[in-house]
Amino acid sequence: MAPEPPLLSMSGITKSFPGVRALDGVDLDVQAGEVHCLLGQNGAGKSTLIKVLAGAHQPDTGTIRWRGDAVTLRSPIAAMRLGIATIYQELDLVEHLSVAENVHLGHEPTAAGFVVRGKAAKASTAALLKRLGHPEIDPGRLVGELSAAQQQIVSMARALSHDVRLIVMDEPSAALDPDEVDNLFRIVGDLTADGVAVVYISHRLEEIRRIGDRVTVLKDGRAVAGGLPAKSTPTRDVVALMTGRNVEYVFPERPVSAPEAAPVLEVQGLARDGEFEPLDLVLRPGEIVGLAGLVGSGRSEILETIYGARKPSAGQVRVDGRALRPGSVRAAVRAGLGLAPEERKAQALLMLESVTRNVSVSSMSRFSRGGWIDRGAELGAARAATRELSLRPDNPAVPIRTLSGGNQQKAVLARWLLRGCRVLLLDEPTRGVDVGARAELYAVIRRLADEGLAVLLVSSEVPEVLGLADRVLVLREGRVVHTAPARELDEHRVLDLVMEGSPTS
Amino acid sequence: MTQHASPPRDNTDKVPSVGQPPSWRGLLARADVRTLSLLGVLAALVLTGGITKPDEFLDTRNLQLVLTQASVIGVVTVGMTFVITSGGIDLSVGAIVALASVWATTVATQDYGFAGVLFTAVIVGVGCGLVNGLLIAYGGMVPFIATLAMLASARGLALQITDGKTQIVTIPGILDLGERDAYVLGIPPLVMVFAVVTIIGWLILNRTTFGRRTVAVGGNAEAARLAGIDVRRQRLYLYLLSGLCCGIAAFLLIILSGSGQNTNGNLYELDAIAAAIIGGTLLSGGRGTITGSVLGVLIFTTITNIFALNNLQSDVQQIAKGAIIVAAVLVQRRTASVS
Repeated sequence: MAPEPPLLSMSGITKSFPGVRALDGVDLDVQAGEVHCLLGQNGAGKSTLIKVLAGAHQPDTGTIRWRGDAVTLRSPIAAMRLGIATIYQELDLVEHLSVAENVHLGHEPTAAGFVVRGKAAKASTAALLKRLGHPEIDPGRLVGELSAAQQQIVSMARALSHDVRLIVMDEPSAALDPDEVDNLFRIVGDLTADGVAVVYISHRLEEIRRIGDRVTVLKDGRAVAGGLPAKSTPTRDVVALMTGRNVEYVFPERPVSAPEAAPVLEVQGLARDGEFEPLDLVLRPGEIVGLAGLVGSGRSEILETIYGARKPSAGQVRVDGRALRPGSVRAAVRAGLGLAPEERKAQALLMLESVTRNVSVSSMSRFSRGGWIDRGAELGAARAATRELSLRPDNPAVPIRTLSGGNQQKAVLARWLLRGCRVLLLDEPTRGVDVGARAELYAVIRRLADEGLAVLLVSSEVPEVLGLADRVLVLREGRVVHTAPARELDEHRVLDLVMEGSPTS
Repeated sequence: MTQHASPPRDNTDKVPSVGQPPSWRGLLARADVRTLSLLGVLAALVLTGGITKPDEFLDTRNLQLVLTQASVIGVVTVGMTFVITSGGIDLSVGAIVALASVWATTVATQDYGFAGVLFTAVIVGVGCGLVNGLLIAYGGMVPFIATLAMLASARGLALQITDGKTQIVTIPGILDLGERDAYVLGIPPLVMVFAVVTIIGWLILNRTTFGRRTVAVGGNAEAARLAGIDVRRQRLYLYLLSGLCCGIAAFLLIILSGSGQNTNGNLYELDAIAAAIIGGTLLSGGRGTITGSVLGVLIFTTITNIFALNNLQSDVQQIAKGAIIVAAVLVQRRTASVS
């Protein structure tokens, strides 16, 4: 074969965000007509890489070659003009527009500058939908009325409405039923037969084996392996590539003996339709239990349902043997539960306020009489709570937004400490926290447990769960597939479990 | 006004406070800058009035008139400030003032005398606020829509009650409050009511759990909910509070005009929102200042007065108001991005 340049060739791509180096010299080659899989743990840099490819992020350094020519993808439109289309995980469709209007959004057929509402658009949309195996979708229907799977088809039709040479699919199977996945794979097969390249991102190894040609593995912002054969590389090797890490975390010592106190939190048959299956869980004072699983495995949903922020479809939560009113955050908080949510800024912090007010917001009644706040007592208590966690700077009057991620997280913990909470639910507690500050946060969490708190920890970083928790529940697609003491598990085994549902050897 | 975060004794701490760029002094200074600039604008306006019409503007009677006019809209603005701080909006305040003022001045109501009129004005205001609050907090309606509907219905009901006629107040006790004899140390009773409402409003917003919850709901409703705050109940209370302020304002208007009309409170919603915004309350919620709102009201009322004294028509006033709103918001955005 003639030495034809690859369709796409990215080399030495770096991209930094404040405090994080998301991409650290990534290389990626994609040939026309292949399915190239991107694999990596959460935070490995996959999303950033595809955003660079889609023109949504500009790389700090590095070159991108398209059919051998160096190009700059200044904007999503520039990428689209070259023939690069991206189908994001969160579908970016306009619900109040019709299928045809969505497909042609941004490049509506026009006449004399006016958008032609018309048959041409509908006809071309219908042709695309037929090609995608979904002729039953009416181009005139509103996108908001379609199912998630159908919306994804529309998203794909939109990508194909351009003269596309490369399609990026970010976890396209996450929202699909098995037969819909089959249809997706058929479409991918048709596309590649036409010479279109597909960059396919998925957590599911078995999918990658089925449709992938080559695999690039990302870890900590680097491509640790490029162009491995997708079908023949042993799972062990892939997992090892994904997990071998550069940064070693220091985890605090576990107590010698398991706590034997009466359980403080009992979860019995708790379930939410479509999110997670009935779950049983017992948490004792002094214990840290970890939930390990991938994004979409139902981890955050479980925490939020226990906390009452989501209403369960079955089951109950008991604290000290008393059942909580389902779906009531206030009942949970009153019973002694506290949540440090995943999206700290959106779900926990009052960004315009001081540290003091962020810490005291859940226990205002403690510093007030008849609704009147004793601000001296409030400040004193906030100071004591933040000092206990060595929050920096040691001045609770500063605005919370000036704090680092780790210290903002400490402020959230201080909020529950001040409230006298007994069960802490931690959802990705170290997200957005500098690597250096993590060890300190781990020590804080362990100390709180030693002082008698029960902690339920969710993290997509497997080493974090294994290093911090006493007991680990492994989740896969809303179901607990394995429960074991953390000492008896290692990262490979957990990753095998979360990806394939059963241990491989 | 806003965050005088700590009494001094707490800051003379022995612990070395390392690296705290925006210290509480900085915060205080920034809060003061906002208030000071408003005071500066007000001073400039007073100066303008004093120069252009020295005899008329600085006349005691004129200053009393300005303050009296500011009182009615001022009370409404205090309530509006709470609603906006919580991330909401109340477009129905003017209509509620109108409805409360005509309901309280019907012949039937006036039979019950002073207390009957006052009671009716307040109850009608609170009742409308209750409907707003229930629709928004528990009915899941967008505040803009719910209060817009209330605006239309309350105005319509006010028209129906009066049939477009002015309802004259005949109760001497009410009319007397508007007379000069009722002034204490030269201060009209209306202005005293305004001052009391302002002080209570300031205390509630800055010193109570109710105020904290209001700010928390406006700053981040989801975070407030997950922190254990009953967001819906708080929203209900806030629209009740706004309705209560409208009821009080309606009573002040009855004293001021000696009558009730269905055209009362026309465009109060815009004046109150504008005053709160130029005062420094964030339209997106999460930060509110009663002091700023009151200064905003005084600025607007003073402009109106100076323009009237200089025989400038109301069209010019409206244009000037619009320009001030734009200028204030632009200035705020700059200070916000700096901080």
